[in-house]
Amino acid sequence: MSVLIDKSTRLIVQGLTGREGTFHAKQAAAYGTTVVGGVTPGKGGTRHEGWPVFDTVHDAVKETAGNASVIFVPPPFAADAVMEAADAGLALVVCITEGIPTFDMMRAMTFLKAHPSTRLIGPNCPGLISPGKAKAGIIPGHICKEGRIGIVSKSGTLTYEAIHQLTRLGMGQTTCIGIGGDPLIGTSHIDALKLFADDPETDAVIMIGEIGGSAEEEAAAWIKANFKKPVVAFIAGQTAPPGRRMGHAGAIIAGGKGTAAEKMSALTAAGVKVVKSPADMGKGIQEVLGR
Amino acid sequence: MKIHEYQAKAILAQHGVPVPRGEETSDPGDAPAIAKRLGTSVVVVKAQIHAGGRGKGGGVKLAKSPEEAERIARDMLGMTLVTHQTGPEGRVVSRLLIEEGLQMTRELYLSLVLDRAAGKPVMMASAAGGMDIEEVAAATPEKIAKVYIEPGVGIVPFEARQIGFAIGLDGPQVNKFVKLATALYEAFVATDASLVEINPLVVTAAGELLALDAKMNFDDNALYRHPDIKDLRDLGEEDPLEIEASKFSLNYIHLDGNIGCMVNGAGLAMATMDIIKLAGGEPANFLDVGGGANAEQIRNAFKILMSDKNVKAVLINIFGGILRCDVLAQGVIAAVKELGVPVPIVIRMEGTNVDEGKRLLKESGMNFTTADSMGEAATKVVQLAR
Repeated sequence: MSVLIDKSTRLIVQGLTGREGTFHAKQAAAYGTTVVGGVTPGKGGTRHEGWPVFDTVHDAVKETAGNASVIFVPPPFAADAVMEAADAGLALVVCITEGIPTFDMMRAMTFLKAHPSTRLIGPNCPGLISPGKAKAGIIPGHICKEGRIGIVSKSGTLTYEAIHQLTRLGMGQTTCIGIGGDPLIGTSHIDALKLFADDPETDAVIMIGEIGGSAEEEAAAWIKANFKKPVVAFIAGQTAPPGRRMGHAGAIIAGGKGTAAEKMSALTAAGVKVVKSPADMGKGIQEVLGR
Repeated sequence: MKIHEYQAKAILAQHGVPVPRGEETSDPGDAPAIAKRLGTSVVVVKAQIHAGGRGKGGGVKLAKSPEEAERIARDMLGMTLVTHQTGPEGRVVSRLLIEEGLQMTRELYLSLVLDRAAGKPVMMASAAGGMDIEEVAAATPEKIAKVYIEPGVGIVPFEARQIGFAIGLDGPQVNKFVKLATALYEAFVATDASLVEINPLVVTAAGELLALDAKMNFDDNALYRHPDIKDLRDLGEEDPLEIEASKFSLNYIHLDGNIGCMVNGAGLAMATMDIIKLAGGEPANFLDVGGGANAEQIRNAFKILMSDKNVKAVLINIFGGILRCDVLAQGVIAAVKELGVPVPIVIRMEGTNVDEGKRLLKESGMNFTTADSMGEAATKVVQLAR
């Protein structure tokens, strides 16, 4: 099995007619994902690369029976796109866009609370992939392999790194979820771990965190109390200076809080195998599974 | 983005937050005239730098006469102010704020910041003004009053009253506090701020509430809709290399080590710094060249890295996925040829056509070392930097 996306996913691309939207819609389709159409306000009724384009997400859902969307919309309009997708009743909304103003996202998060049947992944994330089945986002399919390890990560290219290490060691993945590096995100480490807990085909999980916030500490507490499967964790930013935003909007040590050291010790205390080196994530999984 | 105290106070005043009267200057000759205009028996001369802890470092002084104000201003302008937030190198003071002196009876703390876990702004206040809120939070967390604000509703008077009474204000003062807190929240929202901190918020002998100090940070992602705030950026407060990098939309942070890093993606860039340190080296920078990592960006990135004279070796770690490694290699070769990079370069890349990319690097006849993994790349670059 896999979580969140699989062969039953019918994907709508918000921002399909843009450069990124077009490129990644084609990549997703080539990977075997069922892409059913796109949304670009003002271009409804046209076709793009063979797919029907709609003015609104509501229209797209009505005409295509889409059940998930991926958002490639510029930052000033992306929070709006998230809320439109939720209002149209989509179960899964994946927002790739980086650079959404925090206040826009705060409003979108409040809106999402009133639409509890919608799960948002991201923003500022690479999306997710269930190897051999489907993908929504920009994770390159060719580095993945079907298998039994789950990945949840705040970082895009570091997710690729983890996938690559696993695949090289002959271990495939159930689903790889990039949850995003912004301070406000729709799906947390804990949310993703809950999904992996219920997935009988996921044997172990790689969890990748970053400095900033307290999501990793919260995940550590939750793992200790609830999660029975082995977890290998890496926290990026062990050498990051305090008070500086390290690329991602959320990756900042503020007021002495959110350091890698705190997160690593919380996770270690929760029984998680924390690797200091990003090169050891795959090896860590081999060790916890005794392979 | 950060701004100066005098700029933050101007913004807050526009939204109705009471602040002391004062004027900004970079000319000590202006000081006596400003002191006379303010007309109080004492004026306060405050160094304007983007760091806290100025008082302890000698950046805030009282002057009892216009002449003394000028003397202090002359000493302060051009001095290197070292505080716990500037690092040992300190910051050169090139601007002052001269303000009226006030008789105050209490110093309080008030701030607004995004609470990530709650997904809402949180207003925090404490009766221990003038202290670092982190210290108060660690020592006596019960002394901090907090209220989470619904972003769709804004701060409601009862919430402000709760905070006001919690920090020991009396009835008439609480009424003033409600107005101030409401104005503060308006300023926070209207400017897409990520932090507003008033430390201290003072109660004067006359019973007025005033923001004696003010700090504002803004959400970089929202600056596109605030050109007026973007104009407040003080390049004198920033690292010259970081200013240069920002012109190329490169995410660059200057550090103290000698191994230059060029990486795609923020998380991988942080992880690359970490693995260099684990291998016994010191990273010279954080640098995210972005998802595309095209030839133009690689050239720009080399320009920045080579401007840092401490850099003894460069590690390029690109996980392209869809990116073609042969194209990447051509970009690196062209940039190194053009710019004449005089230090060894270790390249670790993943993506399509990786073997072809490696062949191009090997046959270029230039000083490249390739690596198959992050670990190998880190070990090699640390050796080469010695």
